[in-house]
Amino acid sequence: MPAARTAAGRAGGRRQPGASAVGRLELLEALLVATDPVQCAQRALGWVQRRAGVRRGLCLAAQAGEGPRLIPVASLGVSAHRAARFSVDLEVRDHPLTRALLAAGPMLIPPNGGATPVTLLGRTEVQAIPLAPLRSGDLPAGLLLLAPLTPALAGEARWLGRVLGPRLAALIATRRLEESGERLQRERALLSGIINAVTDPILLTDGEGRIIIANTRAETLMATDEEQSEGRRRAVALNNMLFSAALTRRAIEGAEAPRHEVPLVDPVDGSDLLFELLSTTSSDARETTGIVSILRNVTDLQRATAELEDNYRKLRQTEADARAERDRLDLVIDSVADPILVTDPGGNIVMMNAPAEHLFTVAPEAASDEAQRGVQANDAHFSSFVSNLFFEGDSRRRSGSISLVDPSSGAALPMEAISGKIVSEHGEVTALVTILHDRTEELERARLYEELKTVSAGLEVKVRQATAELVRQNELLRRSHIALEQASSLKSQFLANMSHEFRTPLNAILGYTSMLLKGVSGELSPHQRRNLERIDSNSQHLLSIINDILDITRIEAGKMPLSVSEFPLPDLIGEVLAEVEPLIARSQLALTTKVDEALAPLRSDRQKLKQIVINLLTNALKFTPQGWVTVTASCDPVLDRIAISVADSGIGISPKDQDVIFEDFRQADDSPTRQYTGAGLGLAICRRLASMLGGDLTVRSALGEGSTFTLVLPRVQKDETR
Amino acid sequence: MTVSAPTLVLLVDDYPDNRDIYVQFLTYSGLRVEEAENGHQALDKAFTLKPDVIVMDLSLPGLDGWEATRRLKGDPRTCAIPVIALTGHALAGHSKGAFDAGCDAFITKPCLPERLLDEIRAILAAGRPRSGDTTP
Repeated sequence: MPAARTAAGRAGGRRQPGASAVGRLELLEALLVATDPVQCAQRALGWVQRRAGVRRGLCLAAQAGEGPRLIPVASLGVSAHRAARFSVDLEVRDHPLTRALLAAGPMLIPPNGGATPVTLLGRTEVQAIPLAPLRSGDLPAGLLLLAPLTPALAGEARWLGRVLGPRLAALIATRRLEESGERLQRERALLSGIINAVTDPILLTDGEGRIIIANTRAETLMATDEEQSEGRRRAVALNNMLFSAALTRRAIEGAEAPRHEVPLVDPVDGSDLLFELLSTTSSDARETTGIVSILRNVTDLQRATAELEDNYRKLRQTEADARAERDRLDLVIDSVADPILVTDPGGNIVMMNAPAEHLFTVAPEAASDEAQRGVQANDAHFSSFVSNLFFEGDSRRRSGSISLVDPSSGAALPMEAISGKIVSEHGEVTALVTILHDRTEELERARLYEELKTVSAGLEVKVRQATAELVRQNELLRRSHIALEQASSLKSQFLANMSHEFRTPLNAILGYTSMLLKGVSGELSPHQRRNLERIDSNSQHLLSIINDILDITRIEAGKMPLSVSEFPLPDLIGEVLAEVEPLIARSQLALTTKVDEALAPLRSDRQKLKQIVINLLTNALKFTPQGWVTVTASCDPVLDRIAISVADSGIGISPKDQDVIFEDFRQADDSPTRQYTGAGLGLAICRRLASMLGGDLTVRSALGEGSTFTLVLPRVQKDETR
Repeated sequence: MTVSAPTLVLLVDDYPDNRDIYVQFLTYSGLRVEEAENGHQALDKAFTLKPDVIVMDLSLPGLDGWEATRRLKGDPRTCAIPVIALTGHALAGHSKGAFDAGCDAFITKPCLPERLLDEIRAILAAGRPRSGDTTP
């Protein structure tokens, strides 16, 4: 210290005042113009170099506060690296630089001054100039170290310390203030960045609920401007209202309430959102009480919760479905009459239905030895079948037959077994399902079928034989039919010839008799005449028989042509009566005719109709010993048929004979001693003729009470071609 | 009323008794009767005698009645002589065959002699008016 005073005193003594004043002004201008401590310090060092010939220098600024130190600000002729080594902790009081700082004025520091060598400014003495503080009493603003010592320096050192110190201190203070402002700005930006980065809306509101700070997300929900759409503005207004209401509710319910949910509206797309409100009251010493609110979007959470619940419900449903499915499957499996077994790869039965249980388990209470043995035998057979399949590589299915027994009855059960492997995704066999089908019935059926086939084959042979026989019979029948036809034809021919042959001699008999009776051969005695008359009547009778036979033959041979013409029925009846007149006269019977004169003309075979009526009338006369005979002719206009009846009061016909009389060569009295003559062909011919005319001949009679024969035939003959 | 020869009837029949009856009766009734017992004879007598009427039995041995009639009707000498067919065949077809052959009348046996006489008179009356001559 004393050394430093000495040096300053020496320098001050040799100064030139004129030049010094100009130089000092130059320095003051430079310092005033400097805007920051480094520039200020640089200019000061530059000025010292120019004015005092200093070659090396270092300006250190004293930094107050916690851990005060000297920090290099600017240097002259010293590298920045070396300058940095001059940072000194001011707590170290005995450091030469600390002492120099706190010294009352400039001092000289020897090259190895104090404990700390200060050789950086050269191995010379260093002029240390403490820089005056801004306000007296404060820590000096800094320390200026200059070398080498020059007389000019000595003169200006004290002034320089007084001028540079406050200016540097002021600039440092300004700089510090600026720096802290910038830092504040950065921090604020960082903070707002952080807040904005939070996707949940964050708001700071004052005691009245007015929004002070809102992050971007909150602004989207809560803030709007004139340019936005009406809907969006309305949504924002609604959100503000809802948010205020939530804050109010929170204030009333207290911050301890577990959750406050705020439903808001998304102004952008109008969707409903749900937020959870987390608020904290923030107290600031200077500001009024504010409330920080964080809105946590729980819309998705709510949706997720709902989804979760839904999924859970579905899961339960699926589970229930699966259970129901399984129950149903069990039911189905149990309802199958065939035994079904599921076996694991170890050959153990895992599952079986009721019919299978009957075969493979034994009820403890009914465990007879026989049943036990049956179940064991079944098990053994089944196991061997199943194990074969397990060892059989590739085939997934196998069917075969195994012989089981019914444990309850001991009856043999021929079974058809069909097994299928259940294979996992990895190709391992996980289980084996076997269905057993009782083939007893099938075998029985097969046996019956075989039997049936045998019987059927036998039957077929018999049928074939019978058919052959039938064919043979048929052929015989056909032949006999042909023979019969031939015979019939021969018969007809024979009868035709016979009638001709009969006629020729009969013609002679009748001819001669007639001539004799006519007296061609002279007068006859009464006796001769009577005998001749007998010959004549018998010949006539024979002729009528031959004629009848001929008629039947013709009808049967189909050689009786119809000759259809139109004629009035009353005329025909008149002719018949005229022809039969001699008989009527002889009979002494009362004959009446009832013929509808208004009858429409008939269209039929006149000759045949006449033949029928004559026959009926002569029969009536013949079989009526006394009484009456009535001929009636009428017409049924609806059916357009006519009916001709011949009724008599004669002997009548018993019911059993009423069919007989229409047969060939039959009379009711067939005995050889019968009373009435006639070949018995009349009615047979009449009925045939009636049929030819499309009509029918019927009788109504009782023995002893007369008979009524009725001929019914169409008024107009239908088929005229016959 | 001129007296002319009585009506000549040619009677053709193979059955002698029948011929005899008709011959007796017709003669008895005042007619002349010539007989033939088969078709050839009938033709010969018809051509030579030129009878007023021919009574022809159809079933004849050798040349039958149908053929004989056909020939008579086909010959200019005899075609005008009426032929009365007389047959024991009563089946349908016979009468048609007879008319086809040219017969003028058809009588089925048995035929009483007086009936034949009636028929002869009727056919002569219809064909050639010889009233009075033929009556006995």
